[in-house]
Amino acid sequence: MQIEKKEFKPTIVAFCCNWCSYAGADLAGTNRLNYPADVKIIRVPCSCRVNPMFILRAFQRGADGVILCGCHPGDCHYTTGNYYARRRMTLLFSMLDFLGIERGRTRVEWVSAAEGAKFAQTMNEFVETIISLGENKRLEDLRCKK
Amino acid sequence: MQEMMKKRALQLLQDGTVERVLAWKTGEFSYDITPAVFESAEEIEKDFVYDAFCAANLSKYLVALSKKEGKTLAFLKPCDSYSFQQLMKEHRVDRDNVYIIGIACDGKADADKIKDSGIKGIKNIADNGDKLVVETIYSESTELDKKDFLAERCLNCKSRKVVIYDEMIGENGEVLDSNRFDMVEKIEAMTSEERFEFWQNELSRCIRCNACRNVCPACTCEKCVFDNDASGIANKAAANSFEENMFHIIRAFHVAGRCTDCGECSRVCPQHIPLHLLNRKFIKDMNEFYGEYQAGEDLETRPPLVNFTMDDVEPSIVNEKGGKE
Ligand code: SF4
Ligand code: SF4
Ligand code: FES
Repeated sequence: MQIEKKEFKPTIVAFCCNWCSYAGADLAGTNRLNYPADVKIIRVPCSCRVNPMFILRAFQRGADGVILCGCHPGDCHYTTGNYYARRRMTLLFSMLDFLGIERGRTRVEWVSAAEGAKFAQTMNEFVETIISLGENKRLEDLRCKK
Repeated sequence: MQEMMKKRALQLLQDGTVERVLAWKTGEFSYDITPAVFESAEEIEKDFVYDAFCAANLSKYLVALSKKEGKTLAFLKPCDSYSFQQLMKEHRVDRDNVYIIGIACDGKADADKIKDSGIKGIKNIADNGDKLVVETIYSESTELDKKDFLAERCLNCKSRKVVIYDEMIGENGEVLDSNRFDMVEKIEAMTSEERFEFWQNELSRCIRCNACRNVCPACTCEKCVFDNDASGIANKAAANSFEENMFHIIRAFHVAGRCTDCGECSRVCPQHIPLHLLNRKFIKDMNEFYGEYQAGEDLETRPPLVNFTMDDVEPSIVNEKGGKE
């Protein structure tokens, strides 16, 4: 018998704010720009809605990488949400790094509704980084693995 | 010190300024001191103690006590006073209902360090100023230098200044130049894999007793995610390394920007997990990224996590400023 070596298909969770990045993802779609189907988009009202626990939970449920996309600083639909999100994520990512979790697995990117191309490019890059890092082992929960 | 404190407590209780006194009394052993509320002169005469083992931070008890009828007298050490002022900032205590006596501090002893030094069968430890006198059940008596057995948090004390008080006993100290971030820097200098192993080794010992949460003066929510079964992380013993990480990241994050670095979490941990290092990592990052901030130092400055500037650093700063890869 031969052990089949499967190609690593990462699971990527992308939290996208409703007003900019989600619309940016839509635009990428209508413009038929390609980005890997491994990216699972979760729509949130604002980047600031994302609690650090959401990021951890995504890893627990099997994500190999988690990215948060929101409006560009200054453009948040709720005026200042993304400024708070920016501080929160900076500290969270730094803590994950401190605990020895590979820092490439987390990312924040500002994507506007007009930036369909940037959305697709960001996702392509991010998926590549995650493929090079391989499966998330350090922050996995075996009970949630299929 | 103890006698002066006792005398003042009795006076204030007798002249009706306060209804009760929050201080310390002896637990099962003389070096096992526990916070206590005294309501009568007799209780104070009998049980009131203040010595090198009164490490417990009393400020959290004032969340409940300051809501009671009548004033409470509380003795606060410098580090406790930061916690109290932070609670005021968060509107968790009623300042008008507390009479604070600030007490000058020269550091607390760590009974575990004394036990680790190899002395067996400790029965009693007496605080004799600069010396600690240890008596054992084998009728031996040893004299130790207090300064060799200070608690870790006191060796890296950030400030000997009581920041809020109605009166002082002893002379108030100064904000210190501490080396409290040294260990954080040491961990940052490890490789990512070494850091992971270091923390796995520490965190895997956690038995989820919740002592660290219960003691923390910044953890005063009435409802807590760690009590909520539906949260998925309320289970007592962590099921695996993910839950260990999750518990500790969330605990530390929840107090980020509010933690005064009083060191209580590490002091009470029965598994000797250096939890304060997680808090200090957040404090260090916030100082570096958003400017120096000391929780509990004043009532006005906005804490970094409920504040922002237009040109804050991006999260990608972690790629440059984070630990070694
Ligand atoms: S940390 Fe500082 S203020 Fe607090 S008990 Fe130790 S020496 Fe005293
Ligand atoms: S006090 Fe120590 S063992 Fe108890 S829950 Fe906290 S870290 Fe875990
Ligand atoms: S609405 Fe897009 S970041 Fe706030």
